[in-house]
Amino acid sequence: MKVTGAQALFKALEGEGVDVVFGIPGGAILPAYDPLLDSTVHHVLCRHEQGAGHAAEGYAWATGKVGVCIATSGPGGCNLVTPLADAKMDSVAMVAITGQVPTPVVGNDAFQEADITGITLPVTKHNFLVKDANDLAQTMREAFHIASTGRPGPVLVDIPKDVQLQEITWHWPDGVDLPGYKPTTKGNLRQVRTAVKMIMEAKRPVLYVGGGVIKANASKELYRLALDGQLPVVTTLMARGAFPDTHELALGMPGMHGGYAGVTSMQKADLLIALGARFDDRVTGQLSSFAPHAKVIHVDIDPAEIGKNRAADVPIVGDVKDVITKLHAELRRKQEEAGGVPERGGWLKTLKKWKKEFPYRYDQPADGPLKPQFAIERLYEHAADSIVVSGVGQHQMWASQFWRFTEPRTWINSGGLGTMGFAVPAALGAAAGRPDRRVVAIDGDGCFQMTAQELATSTTESIPFITAIINNAHLGMVRQWQELFYEERYSQVYLSHDVPDYAKLAEAYGAVGLRAEHPDEVDAVIEKALSVEDRSVVIDFRCDPGEMVFPMVPAGASNDDIVLGPEGLKPVNDPAEAPVA
Amino acid sequence: MSLHTISVLVEDKPGVLTRVAGLFAARGFNIDSLAVGPTSDDGLSRMTIVVQVETKPLEQVTKQLNKLINVIKILEHEPGEAVERELMLVKVKAEGEGRARVLEICDVFRVRVLDVTHRTITIEGTGTPDKLEALLALLRDFGVVELSRTGRIALARGDRGIRERGAKQRSVAAGAEEWTGGGV
Repeated sequence: MKVTGAQALFKALEGEGVDVVFGIPGGAILPAYDPLLDSTVHHVLCRHEQGAGHAAEGYAWATGKVGVCIATSGPGGCNLVTPLADAKMDSVAMVAITGQVPTPVVGNDAFQEADITGITLPVTKHNFLVKDANDLAQTMREAFHIASTGRPGPVLVDIPKDVQLQEITWHWPDGVDLPGYKPTTKGNLRQVRTAVKMIMEAKRPVLYVGGGVIKANASKELYRLALDGQLPVVTTLMARGAFPDTHELALGMPGMHGGYAGVTSMQKADLLIALGARFDDRVTGQLSSFAPHAKVIHVDIDPAEIGKNRAADVPIVGDVKDVITKLHAELRRKQEEAGGVPERGGWLKTLKKWKKEFPYRYDQPADGPLKPQFAIERLYEHAADSIVVSGVGQHQMWASQFWRFTEPRTWINSGGLGTMGFAVPAALGAAAGRPDRRVVAIDGDGCFQMTAQELATSTTESIPFITAIINNAHLGMVRQWQELFYEERYSQVYLSHDVPDYAKLAEAYGAVGLRAEHPDEVDAVIEKALSVEDRSVVIDFRCDPGEMVFPMVPAGASNDDIVLGPEGLKPVNDPAEAPVA
Repeated sequence: MSLHTISVLVEDKPGVLTRVAGLFAARGFNIDSLAVGPTSDDGLSRMTIVVQVETKPLEQVTKQLNKLINVIKILEHEPGEAVERELMLVKVKAEGEGRARVLEICDVFRVRVLDVTHRTITIEGTGTPDKLEALLALLRDFGVVELSRTGRIALARGDRGIRERGAKQRSVAAGAEEWTGGGV
């Protein structure tokens, strides 16, 4: 069968099982948008390529499938750089397709030309420039294979316009041939046995669970391992929902704004079992004083993560699902031999006590001002079964702290890159991928303004979701740092509560705009938002700008020096001594 | 800081050199020398990279290199366990009595003269990097007009080729069930 390169592209997308793509057309990708009309692939027309990229990420997070976005050459591709970098940092499976100027003028500074494979080289798992349409189907297979297997990540496929128009004989390859790409998935059994021996001997073990557990769909296996081994679990920002927060073994989030139990359990642990986690600086704080008494079992599919920040006593390279299954089987065998779970001298009791004594806390005065934590807690009480998406900053930390996640893929955020503006487009993508679930974006006022245009996409494409803006009139996290570490010298952080008028802006985009300024109004507004089903809703929660995120481990400080609330802070008198973010 | 020699077997595809070099650049490592050429396998090239770096950051780079889709195999050569050679062309001033002394040095070092003019001699030097450094130190006294070096190339000593050795031991030590060939 004779097809054009553009037709081959969509046949390949169909062959890979793609149902939704997010994109914006333009000159160099024009030929591809014609066969799109006859394809089963549904295209969501975004308002900015960055939005399309984050939407593809949100789709991938929520569904576990590969997210796909399409953009034109030059500025179109350049606008995808941030989502690609975000997906690389957070191991999100994504394929980006870009148009390119025709091959005869590549390198000629042609109109809308950018060397997008060059530009995106350090922010993709891999990228391709397709120079012959006969290679297109094979390249697409490889792109999806690379994006979705091993440690997932973004792959970009750049297709010049003349290649899209080139006529070829269609052929769908059986598989891929990538001699340099064969991820190690099976964990070593000898290492597993050594690991289990350490678990049996440990008095204060902690399961340090990272985003890899969600990527590997290993939550069930983790649950069995934790329960049968009576092993307490911390879930990092990337792993929220991998283990139910409601369970007594759950210690919540560790790290810079983690809870006391999550942070201190690791500091006091004699064994860390790191599962798909990467000892990120936001988790470890000062590396040299992180978990000083702990031996480390480190399970990851990426050998480069093992030993990168913290030496591993027992490294295990493999798919975390495979390794957890093996750990579980071996642990059960050893526990049966030993007559049960080893006696651990009240470790679980201590942790339980810490959880009870040092919960996340805030004070909501009855007469206001409205506290952000209160708004989020009420939202949780009304809509606990939602998929939650967040931007980056204070609201992200509060959302992670106060929402109690019980299943994987219900928490979507930008962890590694910390991309402000992630929430709205990612919520769009998540809602497109999971029409059966309510999607709630908890966003900051600063973040919201970076990508709010995708509300238009939500309206015109009928992909509704709720956006709760924690509007504190500031770039709140930066403001918090200036308050704590720069002698309250506030520099360029004030945004204003009412410019723009978020409720009116929502209405202008065809969404429902609501507002709560007082704690008394919160419940009614949330109920009203939840009653709207056919349109997106934006709630403007006008919150207290002075509220800060606690607990806090200042960057570079030891996790032992966790500060539980504003009363525990030591003033920094010289900004030069302020911690480095 | 110490000097490390790494052999990297790669697919011969556009952009591979940029990908490999980019990994070093992204970590602020300066590549001392880099030599690339075809191998006996069609479609595969071999790079020899010499880099001045501490051992631990180097380990991170080799792991990252392994993750590149187009990288087939990496071998880090332990000092003394590889044969290493480099080729250099050097144009040196050789007038008057200096001429005979330059030719004498060439003789001692067993290097070839490729071109002679009234004023200069162009020499082809092959050998270990140490030998070339020694030769160059002597030639500098006469005045080096121009110098071009290929950078080091290396093969491990013993029977086995790069595809049968190298990263395997490290991978098993890192806890993999079996070495499947790299890439993550």
